[in-house]
Amino acid sequence: MTFNRRRFLASAAATTAALSAPMVGAQARPRVIVIGGGAGGATAARYIAKDSDGAIDVTLIEPTRQYYTCFFSNLYLGGFWDYEALGHSYGTLASEYGINVLHDWAVGVDRDTRTVSTAGGHTLPYDRLIVAPGIDFVAGSVPGWDVSHQDAMPHAYKAGSQTQLLKHQVETMRQGGTYAMVAPPNPYRCPPGPYERVSMIAHVLSRINPTAKILILDPKANFSKQTLFEDGWLRHYPGMIERIGPDFGGANVEVRPDSMEVVVDGSAETVDVCNVIPAQKAGRIAELAGVTDGNWAPVTPGDMRSRVDPNIFVLGDASAQGAMPKSGFSANSQAKVAANAVRGDLTGSRVFPARYSNTCWSLIAPDDGVKVGASYQPGADQIESVSSFISDVGESADLRRRTYEESIGWYEGITADIFG
Amino acid sequence: MRGREFLLSTVLTGALSAPVLSQTAETLGDPEAGLALFRRDCAFCHQIGPEARNAVGPQLNRIFDRGAGAIEGFRYSRGMQRMGIDGLAWTYETLDAYLANPRALVSGTRMSYRGMPDAQDRHDLIAFLRRHSDQPQDIPESAPTALAAQPDLPPAPLGVEGDADYGEYLSSECVTCHQQSGADQGIPSIVGWHPEDFVVAMRAYKQGLRPHPVMQMMAGRLDDDQIAALAAYFATLTPTD
Ligand SMILES: Cc1cc2nc3c(=O)[nH]c(=O)nc-3n(C[C@H](O)[C@H](O)[C@H](O)COP(=O)(O)OP(=O)(O)OC[C@H]3O[C@@H](n4cnc5c(N)ncnc54)[C@H](O)[C@@H]3O)c2cc1C
Ligand code: HEC
Ligand code: HEC
Repeated sequence: MTFNRRRFLASAAATTAALSAPMVGAQARPRVIVIGGGAGGATAARYIAKDSDGAIDVTLIEPTRQYYTCFFSNLYLGGFWDYEALGHSYGTLASEYGINVLHDWAVGVDRDTRTVSTAGGHTLPYDRLIVAPGIDFVAGSVPGWDVSHQDAMPHAYKAGSQTQLLKHQVETMRQGGTYAMVAPPNPYRCPPGPYERVSMIAHVLSRINPTAKILILDPKANFSKQTLFEDGWLRHYPGMIERIGPDFGGANVEVRPDSMEVVVDGSAETVDVCNVIPAQKAGRIAELAGVTDGNWAPVTPGDMRSRVDPNIFVLGDASAQGAMPKSGFSANSQAKVAANAVRGDLTGSRVFPARYSNTCWSLIAPDDGVKVGASYQPGADQIESVSSFISDVGESADLRRRTYEESIGWYEGITADIFG
Repeated sequence: MRGREFLLSTVLTGALSAPVLSQTAETLGDPEAGLALFRRDCAFCHQIGPEARNAVGPQLNRIFDRGAGAIEGFRYSRGMQRMGIDGLAWTYETLDAYLANPRALVSGTRMSYRGMPDAQDRHDLIAFLRRHSDQPQDIPESAPTALAAQPDLPPAPLGVEGDADYGEYLSSECVTCHQQSGADQGIPSIVGWHPEDFVVAMRAYKQGLRPHPVMQMMAGRLDDDQIAALAAYFATLTPTD
């Protein structure tokens, strides 16, 4: 008790003080709880457990037994990746790294007593808490749609059965039918994701349903890798894809799930498949923990520590950190920086300066891959971009194929890095 | 001239860190001396001149500004094909780096030539190769030589002692793409390399000699100590796949 009190004061005052005040005379191992076993949370749990060699007790709370990656779920829609290959279990994290994996929902965080409560009735104490719950949808952002309509109009923006459902709907769509996508406003997870999805669906339709149409209703004037996508769509799927931007009503869209209609600027149109990707916010538990400000949880750029509570770190999509896109790559990169800081807090290990980076690959058509990436550093208030690159229009077919092959290498690399 | 060049080249990889920008290969090197070197070190595998054909190695006419691995019908190594696709073109600087240490510029190259450590020898040889690139009397259709200006870095000695602990932390940024197990499923393995090869390869990205944009970005913000730390750390790993 005295110990906990002392630590709380130390870390609340100045988090760096914890560096010089490791677990002297502690009875028990310091405890870290990680909420959310996705790209951010699972990476953080693994690095803390691995690098502390058992000196820190790590519990990972995650409701699902099998995590299906959103990354590459578009390739599954396009028929380039197996559903099973998207799934990853937590077995190695438990057996190799000694992480307590608890399949349960976190339903509350008491920051004063430093405990997490779960739907299964557990109350678990922590010295440091990592919150990495990914995203939830903003209610009412697409009038006419809420989560109860996700069978009629899937989002498929959290992978798993939703992705399977969307694939089924696309593949069984009537000849000459219309697939509509309601694209999300910024910021959202995976900026090129919706447009890679359109590419993959166009690829499928061009083979099995060549007279079908794709309609993108987009509240944004511009989108990620736009030139690359538009160039690719023209080359591979001429005439199939129409995008309605905000100038023509793309920001004023309502849906009617019962009649399968989309209403753009007041005029209704019946569609055959409707993929609604709503506006997004931090996973709800971040809000319940009281670490959000608006839709996202602000963090300090040097270590991903919550600006509200120095005992809490927020990773990945849920965080508001500055210039990094919400991606699996970013979440994984942030997790390693946070893991290093958490170990420094709790065991006094060396804390190295933060380094962040991100690369997002997208597949436009078979063997036609493109990428965009940047490296980042902590600025005064936010994470800032240092340098960046993007594929060019007009690259050779060989380079595009190699870029695609590279993305497969990356998928294998990052999933090994997340799940061990 | 020789004396000055010699100083620069005493460190094998000095060539990578000190490309000479203000002078052309021609003013720097002696093509006649280069011809002798070509006969001694290259002619066993390469042909050059009007009648040249592919042999053990590809013919070397118009090598300047040819893309790496660009001769139709020649069976290049995977490493050379990869570099060609990434955009490696033969310029003064890239040839200099390749001839100094072929494997350091192009991992897994099939050219089993251990390298030409002397910078002046390389300059002479490149001056000779250039004759067969831009001199109309030799090769009528050839394009003029362009000597691309490469970002110059101050020469730094190799063999900085790497801090493997720091390297392990830094490596966490790499293993998102390069698997710790050494598996290569589209991105090459970097575990178990000799630290010196590793350093040279990273510097080649940093200087833009190796063309890949992701790696140019990654290497671009690593300083010599950090590269040495990474080299030391990755050298301690052994492939498990
Ligand atoms: C179609 C699509 C394509 C994409 N493509 C790419 C790509 O190519 N490259 C890339 O880098 N990124 C890509 N992304 C983005 C990437 O999937 C996300 O950015 C990444 O998963 C974010 O990681 P995270 O850890 O923040 O959240 P997630 O990976 O979503 O993990 C959050 C986890 O928290 C759990 N959780 C939530 N609430 C609770 C709670 N209360 N208690 C316990 N557990 C909880 C969830 O079950 C989930 O497993 C793509 C996304 C989509 C949708
Ligand atoms: C033992 C045989 C051998 C020797 C000796 C040799 N080479 Fe090569 N060289 C090759 C092979 C094989 C390749 C193709 C490499 C690959 O595919 O990785 C090659 C490739 C090259 C290339 C790249 C060509 C292209 O089309 O991209 C150049 C330039 C080159 N050699 C120059 C030289 C020079 C100059 C020398 C003498 C210093 C030399 N080589 C010595 C076998 C040799
Ligand atoms: C975003 C993915 C990515 C990250 C992160 C990354 N690399 Fe690479 N790396 C690649 C790719 C792709 C190649 C192949 C590049 C080429 O064709 O030259 C490569 C090539 C290399 C090579 C040359 C390998 C060879 O066989 O020629 C080395 C060495 C290397 N990387 C080191 C590193 C180090 C060290 C880091 C971390 C600081 C790192 N990389 C981070 C993608 C990555």
